[in-house]
Amino acid sequence: MTLNGWIQIALFCAVVLALVKPLGLYMTRVFTGARTPLSPVLGPVERGLYRAAGIDAGHEQSWLGYGLAMLAFHALGFVLLYAVLRLQALLPLNPMEQAAVAPDLAFNTAASFVTNTNWQNYGGESTLSYLSQMLGLTHQNFLSAATGIALAVALIRGFSRASARTVGSFWVDLTRCTLYVLLPLCAVLTLFYVAQGMPQTLSPYVEATTLEGAKQTIAVGPVASQVAIKMLGTNGGGFFNANAAHPFENPTALANFVQIVTIFALGAALTNVFGRMVGDERQGWAILAAMMLLFVAGAAVTYGAEAAGSPVLNGLGLTGGNMEGKEVRFGIIASALFAVVTTAASCGAVNAMHDSFTALGGLVPMLNMQLGEIIVGGVGAGLYGMLVFVVVAIFVAGLMVGRTPEYLGKKIEAREVKMAMLAVLCLPLMMLGLTALATVLPAGLAGPANAGPHGFSEILYAFTSAAANNGSAFGGLTGNTLFYNVTLALGMLVGRFFVILPALAIAGSLAAKKRVPASSGTFPTDGGLFVGLLVGVILIVGGLTFFPSLALGPVVEHLAGAAGQTFATGG
Amino acid sequence: MLTHLRPALVLLVALTGLTGLAYPLAMTGIAGTVFPARAAGSLIERDGKVVGSSLIGQSFTGAGYFHGRPSATTAADPADSAKTVPAPYNAANSMGSNLGPTSAALAERVKADRDALQAENPGQPVPLDLVTTSGSGLDPDISPEAALFQVPRVARARNLPEERLRALVAAAIQGRTLGLLGEPRVNVLGLNLALDDLARR
Repeated sequence: MTLNGWIQIALFCAVVLALVKPLGLYMTRVFTGARTPLSPVLGPVERGLYRAAGIDAGHEQSWLGYGLAMLAFHALGFVLLYAVLRLQALLPLNPMEQAAVAPDLAFNTAASFVTNTNWQNYGGESTLSYLSQMLGLTHQNFLSAATGIALAVALIRGFSRASARTVGSFWVDLTRCTLYVLLPLCAVLTLFYVAQGMPQTLSPYVEATTLEGAKQTIAVGPVASQVAIKMLGTNGGGFFNANAAHPFENPTALANFVQIVTIFALGAALTNVFGRMVGDERQGWAILAAMMLLFVAGAAVTYGAEAAGSPVLNGLGLTGGNMEGKEVRFGIIASALFAVVTTAASCGAVNAMHDSFTALGGLVPMLNMQLGEIIVGGVGAGLYGMLVFVVVAIFVAGLMVGRTPEYLGKKIEAREVKMAMLAVLCLPLMMLGLTALATVLPAGLAGPANAGPHGFSEILYAFTSAAANNGSAFGGLTGNTLFYNVTLALGMLVGRFFVILPALAIAGSLAAKKRVPASSGTFPTDGGLFVGLLVGVILIVGGLTFFPSLALGPVVEHLAGAAGQTFATGG
Repeated sequence: MLTHLRPALVLLVALTGLTGLAYPLAMTGIAGTVFPARAAGSLIERDGKVVGSSLIGQSFTGAGYFHGRPSATTAADPADSAKTVPAPYNAANSMGSNLGPTSAALAERVKADRDALQAENPGQPVPLDLVTTSGSGLDPDISPEAALFQVPRVARARNLPEERLRALVAAAIQGRTLGLLGEPRVNVLGLNLALDDLARR
């Protein structure tokens, strides 16, 4: 660990925190329907869309109507993406003549992008046409991100309204988020990334003759426009197989820094939107404080583990950290930081191969996802995941003092706590249940590339990443098989929609409640005590649920590695 | 559910057109006009022929060139398309080794590479990045230490004084961005092009 490394972490936190207020103010205006500086240009487009779709912008939906609209939209989006992937060989913009994507892989990829997971069983440059990348993946990157943000805003309205029957209009939130937030930011980011060296072209792959006379086929494509939204929308699905480790997807240290900032930017700003809409910005800062505490702790552990190096390398006298699977232009710190950011948020892009991280360095990304990706989290998904934990924490606090818990003037009662627990429990069910299934079935055991505890970690990481809608991987696992394509898709769909629907139900029931005035017995939720309680509840719930599985994977591997043990496949 | 069908369908088609076609195509047009070379992939031409991209590493094996890092990329086996064979720096199929920290295969590979490098330049510590594969398999860079480590071998093969090569490496070192971000590095293709230019003069 070096001083420069800590400065890079501090600088990252400072830039993210500096963006919270301005972005939060702007997004609040967007979601409360206020005018923005972009309204003169985008207003006509917005109204045209509503007219064509027969949407009355003033008509709001109940939580159930909001949820059904979201489901209908996603069902259609799923079919469209599946069709594009299956038919890519017949469609234009396919200069490399990629064949149709196989049915199970297309199913997995469609589930992956519709749920904002972006798990990559597909190989990017070796599987997908330019049209599939643009029309298929880029558009779902936008829409799944916009959906996440819309849902978070609906939940915020649940907290901020009283005696109300509606939580907003899904159509309006979706459209305004896409037009006013995502598209303008992505346009600027795309040009910045191209200036840094990212390709943006529709030309076929380049044939080069190397200095030693060999042929090298260099894959190019419309990369920058997809990378911009893949990071900002915490999608993470790569244009290339190697994702953000690929020099075309992440050409410079500066581009890398901007990418990780944009992973956190909208998620962090949404805590401020929350604060503003419930009328007390400090409530938002308290939630962000809990997130950042967990984040910095995770970053420190991973950075420390990677800088200390792996037993295999150190045993051969090669000290200076674990560089297997990392790029020279990023080095140890920018790779470790990226790994923690991408799993704290539900991005899942990688700029180094997590599979080759040290045992403890790889444990933190796994734990980040298992906690439900509430450390800033996926755009929208992080906030509604965190608010679910807030409900649980408030409930625990209420139990301790024997008083009906309240949050922001709303009584938290049996229905909310039941819904919150439903959302909290569906993740371990998918992560651990499917991992258990894969470790006893031959089709599951065929997946891992590494032997010993690391092979188990590869399976656990896969289902954790899928159910948490992250999408990063211990890439050694061969996931493009019928078994993994189907089970991972199941994990992604359940992990997305069985958190969303309970969260929306909480929004609906909170919105309908009356506000109780604060009294001397009200537990203050904007101070250090609340932040500490929230962090404690998250760690206890997550720790108790997942410690046994982590002990079987990374912890055993760490101890075995420290004892000088290695594991050979097939032995 | 049926009342949601029209807005869902119309919005899906319209927003798909906007974000999946209009946005990437407009960006391609603008980027191609403002930054044509970078948008095309930062390609390097010599004598009218594309020799590579400044951002993509390529395989160097001759003693007279500086070598990049080991690469874990593969290609389809020409004999059996269901299998793959190692194909270092295959820029149409990026990937890392995905070998874990307690992998015996990793230990064997690193040991063999370390011993070969140590024999080439005895007494000098073997740079870490020369025995570890990159995440993409296409890392265009090596550390300054890794470049300097190879100077004696290249000097012998090219019959050039080591001093001149050290100066060449020193000139090729790129520092941290803003003195802060990333790590110091040397672009291998750029260094080898400069080396060829030196030999031509």
